[in-house]
Amino acid sequence: MILPELVCPAGSLPALKAAVDNGADTVYFGLKNDTNARNFAGLNFDDKSARAGIDYARARGRKVLMAINTYAQGGNVSRWHRAIDEAADLGVDAVILADLGLMDYAVRRHPELRLHLSVQGSATNYEAVNLARELFGIRRAVLPRVLTLDQVRHVIEHTDVEIEVFGFGSLCVMVEGRCLLSSYATGESPNTHGVCSPAKHVRWEHGEASLDARLGGVLIDQYGKDEPAGYPTLCKGRFAVQGDTYYALEEPTSLNVMAMLPQIIDIGVAAIKVEGRQRSPAYVSQVTRTLRAALDAAGREAQRFSVRPAWQQELGRLSEGQQQTLGAYNRPWK
Amino acid sequence: MRVPELTVPTRLARLLGRLPATPPAWLLVTSLNQLVKRGVLPADMELLAERRFEVRLVDAGVSLRFAADSRRFLLDRQPGEPDLRLSANVADFARMMLREEDPDTLFFNRKLSIEGDTELGLIVKNLLDSVDWHETPLARFMAS
Ligand code: SF4
Repeated sequence: MILPELVCPAGSLPALKAAVDNGADTVYFGLKNDTNARNFAGLNFDDKSARAGIDYARARGRKVLMAINTYAQGGNVSRWHRAIDEAADLGVDAVILADLGLMDYAVRRHPELRLHLSVQGSATNYEAVNLARELFGIRRAVLPRVLTLDQVRHVIEHTDVEIEVFGFGSLCVMVEGRCLLSSYATGESPNTHGVCSPAKHVRWEHGEASLDARLGGVLIDQYGKDEPAGYPTLCKGRFAVQGDTYYALEEPTSLNVMAMLPQIIDIGVAAIKVEGRQRSPAYVSQVTRTLRAALDAAGREAQRFSVRPAWQQELGRLSEGQQQTLGAYNRPWK
Repeated sequence: MRVPELTVPTRLARLLGRLPATPPAWLLVTSLNQLVKRGVLPADMELLAERRFEVRLVDAGVSLRFAADSRRFLLDRQPGEPDLRLSANVADFARMMLREEDPDTLFFNRKLSIEGDTELGLIVKNLLDSVDWHETPLARFMAS
């Protein structure tokens, strides 16, 4: 049985090494600028650390992907083109792109470069995936976290493009690539600036009884003493709706597909992605080690597979709001 | 090796709190400058210059204050609010430094608090994450 590739995040060289050392088949990273969707101060790779990271992974037989998954902004397209040139020059195993214009550039300039369609490209059906293959020869597509397992199966049955799904990490509840919520409070959103809820707009205020999260001055949540917290994104804020104050869109929570691994393997998913380039090497080690063990066990045990309490506990601790969900994968909707 | 689940006992903390915080702060500043000089801490000092920091060891009752200019870290003796204050118990700071625990995890679990300039906090966090301890004698203490 072929197991899906375990694809893990690297926001720094130590995180990349942590992923490789703990059993990632593939790691993904981005450059230090707005050409990728985790454009945070001090995060990501320059030419030197990228080369060191690629050497480290290759020497251990692992693959390296580079994310160039934001949309090129008018007047500045050359920065995105340069990022693609650099990926080709570094010799990464593939680039993860969202912008169709950039795909076109990549195909013309670097026909040998393997292309993956980013989750930010927002392809939710096989027609979109197959169109991208016809036009640009993409080899893999990452599906947004809004499809049920049946819908994922349906896509896989109708395409020969490899399908990658999210396995663990902070939940982004929108059809990725179509969310501008962050713009309302900060003027910046993932597709335009490579970041949702940029840190310079975030303030944590310690009151008498609560910790207040403000985004662009707007109060988006209040955590009671010792209440688990989450990232300050608008989708996971508490809002007053018709006299009730609650998590109107989504709660602070992380996606965790561990319980569904046998089905995911069964329907032929090619790769499972872990979210979190913004997080530390400690997180990358813990998640990678746990999912490696779970994936190997699921491969061995198939339908007899059960999630070990220790794994669940380890991932629970790392989750936003200390909560986990199977997300859309097991929703009854069609 | 894992950092044990310990807090500094209250009596000791009361004692520590009464000692001057300058020597430990001086030690911290000196070590940071050493790491920068040896190229272990890949600090872009321009991002930290003219900013003031406070590390509060909650259970020990000790606050370490320091600042930076465009070349190095310095002691901060000015009164007033720092630009960034990180507070946690000693054991949790140790876990963070030894890479046993991710700062975001500690934050979600309310064991680490960040006050002041959140972006500066992110810069500091990402700076610590990018240190390759493999290259230093500390490597053997790090969690794998
Ligand atoms: S606001 Fe929420 S749903 Fe929208 S991009 Fe940010 S994390 Fe995703």
